[in-house]
Amino acid sequence: MLKRASWLALIAALAVTVFPFYWMIRTALTPAADLFRDSTALWPSNPTLINFTRVLGLVSSEEARAAGGSGAEIDFLLYTANSLVYSGLIAVVQTLCCAMAGYAFARLRFPGRDLVFGVIVAALMVPPIFTLLPNFVLVKQLGLVNTFPGLVLPSLLMTPFAVFFLRQFFLSIPRDVEEAATLEGVGRWGMFWRIVLPMSRGPLITIGLTTIVWSWKDYLWPLLVGKAEETRVLTVGLGVFLQQSPNRAPDWTGLMAGSVLSVVPVLLLLVFLGRRLVQSLNFSGMK
Amino acid sequence: MQAVLRKRDDRMAGWLFLLPVIIGFLIFYAYPTVRGVWYSFTDYSLLNDPAYVGADNYRELVGDGQFWNALKVTAYYVVVNIGSQTLLALGLAALMHRLTRSVVLRAALLVPWLVPNVTIGLLWAWLLDPDLGFVNHLLGVVGIDTTLSFNSPTWAMPLVALVNSWAYTGYTALLLYAGMLQIPQGLYESASIDGAGEVRMFRSITLPLLRPIIALVLVVSLIGSFQIFDTVAVVYGGKAPIPEARVIYYYIFQQAFTYFHMGYAAAVAMVLVLVLGVLTAVQMRMLRASRSDLG
Repeated sequence: MLKRASWLALIAALAVTVFPFYWMIRTALTPAADLFRDSTALWPSNPTLINFTRVLGLVSSEEARAAGGSGAEIDFLLYTANSLVYSGLIAVVQTLCCAMAGYAFARLRFPGRDLVFGVIVAALMVPPIFTLLPNFVLVKQLGLVNTFPGLVLPSLLMTPFAVFFLRQFFLSIPRDVEEAATLEGVGRWGMFWRIVLPMSRGPLITIGLTTIVWSWKDYLWPLLVGKAEETRVLTVGLGVFLQQSPNRAPDWTGLMAGSVLSVVPVLLLLVFLGRRLVQSLNFSGMK
Repeated sequence: MQAVLRKRDDRMAGWLFLLPVIIGFLIFYAYPTVRGVWYSFTDYSLLNDPAYVGADNYRELVGDGQFWNALKVTAYYVVVNIGSQTLLALGLAALMHRLTRSVVLRAALLVPWLVPNVTIGLLWAWLLDPDLGFVNHLLGVVGIDTTLSFNSPTWAMPLVALVNSWAYTGYTALLLYAGMLQIPQGLYESASIDGAGEVRMFRSITLPLLRPIIALVLVVSLIGSFQIFDTVAVVYGGKAPIPEARVIYYYIFQQAFTYFHMGYAAAVAMVLVLVLGVLTAVQMRMLRASRSDLG
């Protein structure tokens, strides 16, 4: 009895999680003209792909306007590419730089090490908005607003969390292999790149994945620094699209098509690397 | 063997390994932190040079009703969000722990966490559209005569909080679930032989042994919760939210980039730093006081 109720509750939770995404897709497949008539239909009466083709900028602006668009230039193909570059670049470079630092903090002995680590960990306490204001001023003074360097630089090399996390990780792996390599005369540099990194591929990919997901979701920073068309990422693209859409009757079918595009890449990530991502959520191993 | 390791001089290698991170830290964390503190004592509009005004910004802040309102609104949001999300996640994790090890199920529960908050805000703005929203339609079907809307002063903040709980409950549940897997299965088996029911086992085994993980999850999600911005920025169509939903992050954003009161915005951000600092310190104390009975 209790078991059956428990399963029901679990299935209900699953349904509540998944249904809104189904509704997103359903709306994206509905012609704008049918929005009102189909507002409670579980499947559109005349399913169409026009909402996708028009937000991807694949049809002429007359056709887009006829299909319910505001006529403003919108190019989600470009925004998706920008988002991929933005989050991919940050994930790869940041993970490597922080792995180097995490390794040094965990394994190398030199004066000043613990002081520097302490200062970096203290920065974990500073909410991002506090540094965001001066960073915006800095990027503006450097003339990097609406450029890719301005967009990625602040998080390209490090975040305090990644340094902290990777140091804890390197502390937790056994030293035997490194000690053997040291006896054979392998230097610190070679040891890190040839032995430690390949050995830690799994956890590094996991951390890289988490960084990709977080940068994929970024909104405030790209909104301030990369709002121009050429550097616009998906989240900012959706925000601009929403603002251009008429207030009283938003272009819901187009907005949902754009929303689907912001879900697909991370969903693919989940399908191909789901086990790794799911298993990465293990706080108890992170002491 | 230890001696061999210790004899090496790591000074050179150490700083080289740290170089990229130190550069990034100095330019984009340390320098802006110092600058942020300095701005909070200046009058600065982004167009002129910052002019030192002493503690004027802080004095203004004390009498600023909108600032206090933003703090209040944010606190309300955090309580509803963290409360509902943690309780639901705990229940969900317990169900999974006792019923299934399915990776597919866990992956499905993780989907909302993968999606940008902007998308989530848009999706729920559509589901809660006063005229065509499907959720409001469902409410009508089951006979509830209320239209939920982000524009309702009463519903605005609870709705934003619940939408974000919807987005992060699965993720939180998976963190707690991972913690539950660390609890020795034998405890449940012997309790069950002694005739304890599921509810009893949850209260006497799962909850006490999970305490440190719950505390850790609370620290992390509480700090995150204070940073609510994206959802509010989106569900009002990219325009300023109603005062009942003007959270502290949005207020800082508005002061800095709508009114160009950079100095004042920095002062408000300073207050947020202090609030979060105190909260973290309190939680860390509680965390230390709540070691798991497993040791």
